[in-house]
Amino acid sequence: MTIEVKNIVKKFGSFAALDNVDLKVGKGELLALLGPSGSGKTTLLRIIAGLDWPDAGEVTIDGEDALGHGASERHVGFVFQHYALFRHMTVFENVAFGLRVQPRAVRKDEATIRARVKELLDLVQLDWLANRYPSQLSGGQRQRIALARALAIEPRILLLDEPFGALDAKVRKELRQWLRSLHSEIHVTSIFVTHDQEEALEVANRVVVMDKGRIEQIGTPGDVYDNPATAFVHGFIGESIVLPVEVAGGSVRLGGQPLNITADGAAPGASKLFVRRHDMQIGPAGTGSLEGAVRHVRSFGPIQRAEIALSGGEGKTVIEIDAPRDRELQAGEIIGLQPRRYRIFAAQD
Amino acid sequence: MSTQTSFVTPAARLQAYASTADLAVSPPSARKVSDRARQAAASRDLRSEPGPIRFIIIALALSFLTIFVVLPLVVVFASAFSKGINAYFAALAEPEALSAIKLTLLVAAISVSLNLVFGVIAAWAIAKFDFSGKTFLITLIDLPFSVSPVISGLVFVLLFGAQGYWGTWLQAHDIHILFAVPGIALATIFVTFPFVARSLIPLMQEQGTQEEEAAISLGASGLQTFFRVTLPNIKWGLLYGVLLCNARAMGEFGAVSVVSGHIRGETNTMPLLVEILYNEYQFVASFAIASLLAMLALITLVVKTVLEQRLDEGQTPEGRSE
Repeated sequence: MTIEVKNIVKKFGSFAALDNVDLKVGKGELLALLGPSGSGKTTLLRIIAGLDWPDAGEVTIDGEDALGHGASERHVGFVFQHYALFRHMTVFENVAFGLRVQPRAVRKDEATIRARVKELLDLVQLDWLANRYPSQLSGGQRQRIALARALAIEPRILLLDEPFGALDAKVRKELRQWLRSLHSEIHVTSIFVTHDQEEALEVANRVVVMDKGRIEQIGTPGDVYDNPATAFVHGFIGESIVLPVEVAGGSVRLGGQPLNITADGAAPGASKLFVRRHDMQIGPAGTGSLEGAVRHVRSFGPIQRAEIALSGGEGKTVIEIDAPRDRELQAGEIIGLQPRRYRIFAAQD
Repeated sequence: MSTQTSFVTPAARLQAYASTADLAVSPPSARKVSDRARQAAASRDLRSEPGPIRFIIIALALSFLTIFVVLPLVVVFASAFSKGINAYFAALAEPEALSAIKLTLLVAAISVSLNLVFGVIAAWAIAKFDFSGKTFLITLIDLPFSVSPVISGLVFVLLFGAQGYWGTWLQAHDIHILFAVPGIALATIFVTFPFVARSLIPLMQEQGTQEEEAAISLGASGLQTFFRVTLPNIKWGLLYGVLLCNARAMGEFGAVSVVSGHIRGETNTMPLLVEILYNEYQFVASFAIASLLAMLALITLVVKTVLEQRLDEGQTPEGRSE
């Protein structure tokens, strides 16, 4: 099922939670809404579900206007960050809820409901918990039950709000892989909200990066990582080295010193140079366009992470780089640095 | 029990602690657990008061309770039965007494059931929705608690009395509110309104709206959501509020006294009858009725304790214990 969101505006008082947001989600996609807290991602999800209403704009699900219908008529599965399981019902009754509240004309008979619930509990591999109450389950189990409950109504789309936000790191990792394999099994169009870039890049087919109520970039995980469209995306996704530079006449200057890189068509004026930690090539002193003293080295696995105080600019600029271990760095050593891949964005303030 | 332990020396109690811990736990882990128990007991000793002071404080509290709560209760029952059991039941079988009991039950039934509905609606609106004037509404709900019951009764006299705002209109249409059951019910509803709403608001606020949102997104209608999700979640709190509301409704004196008119056998509730009989020196009859109210209080107390336990059990919502 496809979802289309057009020109959505939502204000809380004078604060614009969503500022003219457009988004298209294709059939069977697994889309991540990624952004820091307060970026409007959860609000957007709730508007699609019908739990919140926009001040302006359109939402269509499968070409059909959704804003004319309340949440109970949209046939949308919603999974809450804190699960929102019905605490007075058993796991079985929680999953059966959506089937039991259907209008009498379409409601299935008890045997069909039981079979369907059994099937869903099997799907989330928790059939042995059917008679427990939510308070007796672990966080990961609760989240899987919440998912089974949302799937019970055979939703047209599945919306997940920070589905793994309240879980510890290990369970989170397991559930991520599990969600991805579940999605390839049932193939329902899904959107999930997360502030965890690793989660978004690992699970989703496409990532929507949001900030301050606007969409900054939409692309595949590889796209948003390798070709960030804005300074915000570059800084938010992956670790970046950010240096304040000046662009003038096609050359890039750091603290007045020209760097041996091209401006790549960046507009003249105060700018920011973004380099990934592992895209900073190291060499002997005197080579490369930057020079710095190694202050501290930590080695783990295939890389060494070095803290480097750049020469010039009063030695106050300290960057962290990731270098391969073919050449072990020593603390105190002076090295040359050259950005292999980089992006220049205009400084915003 | 608590007075007993306060006499035991810290060292002895420490040992008692350790030995019970040893008994309760299987051998391999026993030492570890008892160590922890010992530490817990030791740190507790540091925080608590010395024995004599504890004894004095507890003795003070108990004697206060005895003088102000237990003694009056004993007096009520002693006076009621002072002329023997037969006199007691004869006093209760008087037509006036029976009429007062019936009226009290009727008024309580009306006011509790109406306040149940209004209280749930008010609590629902306050806890689950944001709207302007919410603080004002919460203050309004508390108003009956802060106003003297006599004033509460007087308000209705001013509204419905012969010289009141709607008095002439009511007289012209032969509608009796004051000095009749409707007036007594209205005054009681006013006085007891806060109980249900007040016991539900904090509970509903703590539970939030997520379960309701989940129910709606699963296709439930508003009514289905209320009866299948909201109501089961608040049932113990609701019963608690109803219980307190009922106790106050049956025991209300001030507001009812103003609007009742004291028509014998017609508009006297139990508390009013107790006063009348007492003023007429019919002590046995007066205390017999009073003993019924006292029993109501005792039953209320027991049920309240049970409900509070249930509420505490229900207070461990999923999501908190990770």
